[in-house]
Amino acid sequence: MMWLTWRQARIQTLVTAGLVAAFAILLLATGPHLVTLYRDSSFATCHRGCDQDASNFLNQLASSSPYHLIYLLGALLLVLLPVVIGLFWGAPLIAREVESGSYRLAWNQTVTRERWLTVKLGVLGLTSMALAGLLSLALGWWASPIDHAAAVGGSGGFQERFFPTIFGARGVVPIGYAAFAFALGVLIGLLIKRTIPAMAVTLAVTAVVLIAMPLAIRPHLISPVRTSVPLTTADIQGLTTSANGTDLQVLAGTPALPGSWVLSNQVTTTSGSTNLGAVPAACQPSTNAGPKACFSALAAKHLKQSVTYQPASRYWSFQWLEFGIFLTVAILLAWGCFWSIRRRLS
Amino acid sequence: MTALDARGLGKQYGRRWALTDCTLKIPEGHVVGLVGPNGAGKSTLLNLAVGLLAPTTGTIEVLGGIPADGPEQLAKVGFVAQDAPVYPSLSVADHLRFGAHLNPGWDAGYAERRVDRLGLDPAQKAGKLSGGQRAQLALTLAVAKRPRLLILDEPVASLDPLARREFLQDLMEAVTEHEVSVVLSSHLVSDLERVCDHLVVLAASRVQIAGDVDALLASHHRLIGPRRDLAQMPAGQDVIEAHHTDRQSTLIVRTTGPVLDPVWMVEQLSLEDLVLAYMGRASESARSRRPVLEVQS
Amino acid sequence: MLWLTWRQFRVQAAAVAALVAAFGVLLLITGLRLASLYHASRLAACHHACDQAAGNFLNQLASTAPYQRVYLLGAALVYLLPAVIGLFWGAPLLARELDSGSFRLAWNQTVTRQRWLAVKLGVLGLASMAAAAVLSLILGWWASPIDHAASSGSAAGFENHFFPVVFGARGVVPIGYAAFAFTAGVLAGLLIRRTVAAMAVTLAVVAAVQIAFPLAVRPHLIPPVRHTTVVTAAAIREIHGNGPGDVLTGVGVGNSGVPAGAWIISNQATTASGSTTLGAMPSACGPSMRDFSPCATAIAAKHLTVTAVYQPPNRYWPFQLIETAIYLAVAAVATWACFWLLRRKLS
Repeated sequence: MMWLTWRQARIQTLVTAGLVAAFAILLLATGPHLVTLYRDSSFATCHRGCDQDASNFLNQLASSSPYHLIYLLGALLLVLLPVVIGLFWGAPLIAREVESGSYRLAWNQTVTRERWLTVKLGVLGLTSMALAGLLSLALGWWASPIDHAAAVGGSGGFQERFFPTIFGARGVVPIGYAAFAFALGVLIGLLIKRTIPAMAVTLAVTAVVLIAMPLAIRPHLISPVRTSVPLTTADIQGLTTSANGTDLQVLAGTPALPGSWVLSNQVTTTSGSTNLGAVPAACQPSTNAGPKACFSALAAKHLKQSVTYQPASRYWSFQWLEFGIFLTVAILLAWGCFWSIRRRLS
Repeated sequence: MTALDARGLGKQYGRRWALTDCTLKIPEGHVVGLVGPNGAGKSTLLNLAVGLLAPTTGTIEVLGGIPADGPEQLAKVGFVAQDAPVYPSLSVADHLRFGAHLNPGWDAGYAERRVDRLGLDPAQKAGKLSGGQRAQLALTLAVAKRPRLLILDEPVASLDPLARREFLQDLMEAVTEHEVSVVLSSHLVSDLERVCDHLVVLAASRVQIAGDVDALLASHHRLIGPRRDLAQMPAGQDVIEAHHTDRQSTLIVRTTGPVLDPVWMVEQLSLEDLVLAYMGRASESARSRRPVLEVQS
Repeated sequence: MLWLTWRQFRVQAAAVAALVAAFGVLLLITGLRLASLYHASRLAACHHACDQAAGNFLNQLASTAPYQRVYLLGAALVYLLPAVIGLFWGAPLLARELDSGSFRLAWNQTVTRQRWLAVKLGVLGLASMAAAAVLSLILGWWASPIDHAASSGSAAGFENHFFPVVFGARGVVPIGYAAFAFTAGVLAGLLIRRTVAAMAVTLAVVAAVQIAFPLAVRPHLIPPVRHTTVVTAAAIREIHGNGPGDVLTGVGVGNSGVPAGAWIISNQATTASGSTTLGAMPSACGPSMRDFSPCATAIAAKHLTVTAVYQPPNRYWPFQLIETAIYLAVAAVATWACFWLLRRKLS
């Protein structure tokens, strides 16, 4: 049974593994130099107040290709890997056997179809999880200088690892995604029984889930921390008014919350209202009073910044929580496969 | 007019020759059976005849034209491939529309009548039809486009005896109604016996013998007599197959004249015996080069 | 033949149409609000020296959900559409017929296989180009306030429309991508003859080309403009340093020579000899410096020049058209290859 699984899945396995290996080699080749750059930077030896050093380091990286490129490529690859696994490993697993009729051969050997499914799901599922884990590990190792720097003060196109697009490309979450996409593909293939429609539906569902997760579900996994800090002039990045000069909106940079995932950042009055009142005269575009006068006028309003965020210390909790969720769903989907394999295919 | 004219036709796949040195002339107006064991090259020959394959050596002409050369040539030949492929997600009615749209010479009335008579549900998806029904649908599509020549590749191979008989009867009706020539292949001689009047035996990738059934049966006999060395047979008698026991020889010979030697008991052969004899000889002498034998009618 | 093409294609067509329609609805709903935000902002009323207003508008958008997400999602969708078309429209076109043997039915009707393929390629090819065009059009409409603002200067993650990632999601280029991906899929299906394998190969090829082209080919389509600025004390806008030995890694002179909305390919400071190693950070410059001018003088003494290599903004449409033409040409070659292989007949 193990031999059969390997024999039938060897092309997909080899191609995917080859892809992962190729990228891992790329990471291996460029990693040491990145580490050297890191060790030579002022950021490595800095102990406090490091945001400027972090920024400098990241800017330096951004200008010396190919680091930014590899960083983005790695994130892209880890997003695509579950989708590819769902499409090319999961969906055809059962659908191809049913479509071509070869299941009549496979399920009439001295192996029950449950055992057949167990071995296939187990071997291929674990392999896909292993590949995803390997890629995530390699990328995480390679990007650790960048993640350190971005956590302190991000810039130059590098994001800190709690950021939605990067979160799914580090740690254990990609393993959960791979398991989920694979199990989903197998179940959809079993239900639809035709390979190409199964692939299309798997693609659609996986895409929707992977997009919806960081947007709608992840922020609420643990209820975020709300805090408010007084708005200092240093934090003010700009203000906008509407064309007729009323409607005041102040744009503030996020307060120093290194490594946290800021969900929202609003400037409010002391009472918490987002209506900031009239635009101070000093800030009117018509009066050329200069930024200093404008900012003092704003300071007189005693504005606050209301920040809703997930603190950096929760990073690994989120990782394990999300991994657990996706793994649980994967197991449920796998159980669904077992339940359907007798009922839907008799 | 010749329905099919092959000269030195050969087809190679990688190292293997699926068809070797095939020279064949099949006249129009007959129902020709192409018989041979599995892997003999029957499908290859038929696929070459409809232009789905290109020859490695030699030439083939069908109804005076190169296969699949253009719309006129395509309209002349109807083809039902092995396992009667259809579009599983298209319904029976969709298949008829398919035929109507792609063939200017489509006989819609005939097609619908036939589907009706066969009891096929027009809304049924073709993927859900049984093997026999699929074969009938495929035959309908091939006949309704009013070709001059019908080529069928093992059309009844996976059908039960009743379905087989009905299919062949249907085929014969269509043939008489439309005056179509037919070339059909099979590895069951009993099917062909019923319908064919011309036979081609293909074995070991070569044509072993070809000719009118009546002429073939008239020129081949089984001779039973005392044990005799083959070298002592008179000229004009070609031994196809020989069985010897201690005392007795049973020979299948091809001869143009009568057998005069009284020591032999002469028997008529059935078509099946004849075909088996040639197939047996082919498998024995697969390596040697034998010329094609042709019996003119 | 047209009926048959439609009949076999309708599910795939409906799926993509539904996707485009759903996204269109999303863009419509958010786009109207975006337009009203734009009209209410100072940027709409501004006529010159609008960078500040533009920057503010973009920052405001970035902090208002969901605009940044829709912006990214739109770009991602326009990039994914060609791949999906190549995989689900292109690869199965021939591979499915060859795989299942139904080509033996299809190619024995009174339609030559060339005509059969021509109609199928024509209808599906045009449909894929149309889908890409529609998606690009509605995304372009939706993002026009953002593109207008970003042309004065990118901010808050919104880039000007010449920027690589945005460039491929606007204008006519997506049409070229769709045509290329579709024909690549058809050719892969014809060569490989097995559907799932053809899909995998198509995905690999399309992804590789989509990644490699903007990096390796696009910067050189028209030779870029090089603008050199001598680093004088007055010109310095920013310095970058790094390391305990405080190596000077970069000097910025602002983009005074580079017009707004240009695609900056590189912006490097070099020494007089052309080396990119700029030497040590002058001692006058350091985190504890109070006054910038001694630092600026010290750096000016190094006689550096900053070379900006860029494509000016007025080349945007030439680039769009050239890139589309290249992709369409590749699609044409792939199409010709399909017909040539078809004529040779299948062995």
